[in-house]
Amino acid sequence: MAWFRRKDKGIQTPTEAKKEAPDGLWYKTPKGHPIHIRELKNNCFVSPKDNYHFRIGSREYFEILFDDNKFRELDKDLTSADPLDFVDTKAYPDRIASSQEKTKLKDAVRSATGKMNDIPLVICCMDFEFIGGSMGSVVGEKISRAIDYCLKHKLPLLVISKSGGARMMEAGFSLMQMAKTSAKLTLLADQGIPYISLLTDPTTGGVTASFAMLGDFNIAEPGALIGFAGPRVIRETIGKSLPKGFQSAEFVLDHGFLDFIVDRRELKDRLTSLLQMLQ
Amino acid sequence: MLLEFEKPIAELEAKLADMKDLAAISDVDVSEAVKSLEDKIKELKQETFSNLTRWQRVQLSRHADRPYTLDYINELCDEFIELHGDRNVRDDKAMIGGFGSVDGRTMMFVGQQKGRNTKQRQMRNFGMANPEGYRKALRLMRLAEKFKKPVVTFIDTPGAYPGLEAEERGQGEAIARNIQRMFRLKVPVICIIIGEGASGGALGIAIGDRVLMLENTWYSVISPESCSTILWRSRDYKEQAAEALKPTATDMLKSKLIDGIIKEPVGGAHTDLVDMTRRIKRAIFRHLDDLEELSAEDRVSERIEKFTSMGVVSGE
Repeated sequence: MAWFRRKDKGIQTPTEAKKEAPDGLWYKTPKGHPIHIRELKNNCFVSPKDNYHFRIGSREYFEILFDDNKFRELDKDLTSADPLDFVDTKAYPDRIASSQEKTKLKDAVRSATGKMNDIPLVICCMDFEFIGGSMGSVVGEKISRAIDYCLKHKLPLLVISKSGGARMMEAGFSLMQMAKTSAKLTLLADQGIPYISLLTDPTTGGVTASFAMLGDFNIAEPGALIGFAGPRVIRETIGKSLPKGFQSAEFVLDHGFLDFIVDRRELKDRLTSLLQMLQ
Repeated sequence: MLLEFEKPIAELEAKLADMKDLAAISDVDVSEAVKSLEDKIKELKQETFSNLTRWQRVQLSRHADRPYTLDYINELCDEFIELHGDRNVRDDKAMIGGFGSVDGRTMMFVGQQKGRNTKQRQMRNFGMANPEGYRKALRLMRLAEKFKKPVVTFIDTPGAYPGLEAEERGQGEAIARNIQRMFRLKVPVICIIIGEGASGGALGIAIGDRVLMLENTWYSVISPESCSTILWRSRDYKEQAAEALKPTATDMLKSKLIDGIIKEPVGGAHTDLVDMTRRIKRAIFRHLDDLEELSAEDRVSERIEKFTSMGVVSGE
């Protein structure tokens, strides 16, 4: 006798009624270790098997860092204008609209104020999903306003960078955001307010060449790609393949441009200790 | 070397030269023909150069005969003392600088330098500075600050060098540091885009009380070719990319991202270095006179105010 036997005859489930395991329940690290979303969430989106840090966005970082996930978002309705009427294969406003729909985000950075282990602070966190975390006027403006908020309320600032660089569709305007954010940071420095820059995978281009490298403390997540030029551009320029680990957080630390690398599971406590020492 | 749109003008100019040669050896009176040809050339030049497309201006900004930083410095200065090195790694020849005296006024000049032939181009790394170049620039600007001399920068670069060692030595940090520190310079700072102003590599020496562009230059976040490669996935759309980026002097002024334009002689800066330099000198003096009226604190806060108001967003 078979262990299982079909009792009802002629069961025909139409395709659309067939049940499927929802997408995105299982994740896999580059080394091939599978991990369930639930376990991942409990582990700050780090694989317990090989410490691989999955790319996450502002939603997750806010949840990891703010006490009880309580925070107040700043300037959350700011969106992109199209000052240059930029059209490539697609009009820029259409690109923005479809990214907003896809990601449910307004642009590539969110800023918020709240408490981290009871220390009040402001966190700006970039979202790579939104047009590659590219910096246009909105990113520049939101970071600038976050700095204004820090100045007004004497709060430390944490910026979590994750960006492919400048947003081409805002051309000259996006370039000047590098100047704008750097200028604002000088005001913060004048007041002796701490600014911590956390560089996560990937941080390149105009973001690296402005606020991301200007922290009182530049810190990074393990294995994050950090650089000015992207690896492909460098490879094409020098006509050679790049050494293993080139532009990794460890490489950048080794060359003296980071203060330390921090495992995401220890991030909140390390940041807290650092800020406590400065109080 | 001629650009495509310069050719019809050059042909007429060659014809005019022939005509003059002919007149010199024969008795035929060609003065009328010469006159009419000269008028025709002038007219064609005017027409060609007042209707340039954005891409044509990009081409002019890279013209093989275009004056480079040292050409202007040598023409401007009664005396120029070049200063070298970043005091850390080495002397970056893509970034030059030094004290110069212009009509008896001392100023610090800093700028990217391109090369005119293969050997020079290699030495100058095509005007693409490494981190030590940016650090040298900053060292010199701080030196100027120490001795209370104004800073004039000439920007002409296809970008900061995207190389292996540049990354090892912190290209991003070097540029970021320059940008931030330039906001704090107590002396007047005038930045002039004389050719190509590509991205962070340009911005690294372009934070000034006045940012000016020569008429046939471009300044943007990316070159039209690279923009074409990324957005259209082919290099063939550089003309469209140039149109979309709006990177010319007129575009940038309209966007209020620069403070002024220095007109070039008809035909472009390369057709008359002396005239072009005179125009640059006039602009430098005019702005310096205005800036020196202000206190150092006011200059710094106006500089910060200007750049922090750049950007267009919606949904306040």
